[in-house]
Amino acid sequence: MIIALLKGLFLMIWKVLGDQPDPKADFLAALPEALRVLASVVLSVVPIMVTFPLLFAITTLLERKGLGRIQNRLGPNRVGPCGIFQPIADGLKMITKEDIVPRNADQLVHFLAPIALVIPTFLAYAVLPFGRHLVPINLDAGILFFFAVGASTELSVFMAGWSSRNKYSLLGAMRAIAQMISYEIPLIISTVTVIMLAGSLSLVDIVAKQTGFVGGILPHWNVFTPWGFAGFVMFLIASLAESNRSPFDLPEAESEIIAGHLTEYSGFKYALFFLAEYLGMFAVSGLAVTLFLGGWSAPLPYLDWMPTYVWFMAKLMAIVCLFIWIRGTLPRLRVDQLLNFAWKFMLPMSLLNLVVAAIWHFTSVWSFPGELAARWLLCAAMIAIPYVWLGRALSGDKKSTLRIYRFAD
Amino acid sequence: MNLTFAILAALTVVSAIAAMSLRNLVHCALCVAVTFGGLAALYLKLGAPFVGWAQVLIYVGAVAILIVFAILLTRSDAPAQPVVSKSWVAGIAVALLVFGVLTRAVMTSEITIQQPPAKPEPTVLKIGTELMTRYVLPLEATGLLLTAATIGAVIIALQEPVSKRKNVAGSSNTEQAGGASPAPNPPIPGGHV
Repeated sequence: MIIALLKGLFLMIWKVLGDQPDPKADFLAALPEALRVLASVVLSVVPIMVTFPLLFAITTLLERKGLGRIQNRLGPNRVGPCGIFQPIADGLKMITKEDIVPRNADQLVHFLAPIALVIPTFLAYAVLPFGRHLVPINLDAGILFFFAVGASTELSVFMAGWSSRNKYSLLGAMRAIAQMISYEIPLIISTVTVIMLAGSLSLVDIVAKQTGFVGGILPHWNVFTPWGFAGFVMFLIASLAESNRSPFDLPEAESEIIAGHLTEYSGFKYALFFLAEYLGMFAVSGLAVTLFLGGWSAPLPYLDWMPTYVWFMAKLMAIVCLFIWIRGTLPRLRVDQLLNFAWKFMLPMSLLNLVVAAIWHFTSVWSFPGELAARWLLCAAMIAIPYVWLGRALSGDKKSTLRIYRFAD
Repeated sequence: MNLTFAILAALTVVSAIAAMSLRNLVHCALCVAVTFGGLAALYLKLGAPFVGWAQVLIYVGAVAILIVFAILLTRSDAPAQPVVSKSWVAGIAVALLVFGVLTRAVMTSEITIQQPPAKPEPTVLKIGTELMTRYVLPLEATGLLLTAATIGAVIIALQEPVSKRKNVAGSSNTEQAGGASPAPNPPIPGGHV
């Protein structure tokens, strides 16, 4: 029995690494009937619970190093060689710090808020296809599930802000909720284009639709179509706002409201909020990869031999690095700018993108020579012209001129 | 009745009772959110994933937030009401009446006579196809209704036209320039509109 289990475990690891179908089968066959369902669930959950917090630790170091370089300084370099043990030191500090709860706080809600935030964030990973055979659950309504659990995090942010009995906490929570609700609409509408064209709400089907190559070279990803490119850009902007990252980090704007809804949290609870924020960012980046960047499929035909999960993680990390770059580059927006941008620019553009996706779908029956170029031009013009027009109309009479640097050159 | 159903039903009922009887309004709102979550779990258990997740997305994600915002933005300093209202006799009578009517309607309906269909399988694809073909008119009517409600909400929120507000701001500026005593509550300057 034990030998069979060990053999099953070894085969499972071998199959996962080698990207072969149904890696859990041998291990589960060695178990008694009653334990199989439980073991299958545990085997799906534990890797997610290990991998992504580990990725969180690595990303915090990467972010601090990257931001340091962008700002012309070194970043953390004291703990271990080149500072690579900095996340461990940070983690130990977080765990050993005193847990302070304000005397006036609503004790129960204050305690429950970080838990109610972390659980849905982990749940969102359940439907992401990490590799060709690495899908925790293939839900019929996978995208709906993803957004449903994502929407329930808003209430946790409110719980954190309200229960602290601190005006900065409440202000931060209100800002966060206003921002999340406003940007959820363009986020979902830019997702709907992909659902329309793929004809399925299941993420596994959406990735399967994007495999293969056009002309043997260009991958069949959604981002290489006019509606897909516009949708991808809008999805990225909205997901930056959803995960409260710079330039949309004004729920935690230090110079105005201390740390927003995190103000009254310390120690491990603060670490949980921090973890949930990064996990949410990874999850939404994973969704962007799945919807627009072809999920686990390889970018070039002769790279197909590499395991599919490598491609998924590589694309995920590319998006995370883009987010770090944006954080190091752009200043923070004002609240009115943020909401104006969401309602007056993102919403009309994403609605227009829906129409463009529909036109792309219905022009697929064209069959004269050069029809692809004609479709491309038509759809690209339908996005680009309103983009320029709307941008000019919203910026008003403000003329942008070349900035003159007086002190830094 | 199996264990999962018992746990979910207990969670839903207890949180609903808590939502009615707790003194702090925000606690009540949070309990309502738990009730919505329990209902969604019951839908999932009945094999209706689309309805279940839509329930979470709309009720926990949007309606609960709406309730919470409404509570925070309309804070009244009214004295705390007793948990049991004065008209509790009438309340219980009405509740019993409604329950009786509903029970009678359910018991005499055709559902109890008919055998349930063998395998309903309400897949998302089927729901989408039905919505876009057979039920397209009700769907459009709902969309129109919601749009009208949104426009109505915006019109109510607008309250005063912008030109009027500018006039107020302009007149207050001239008053201050003329050396008149400043108003006790000076209006917000027009530049912040």
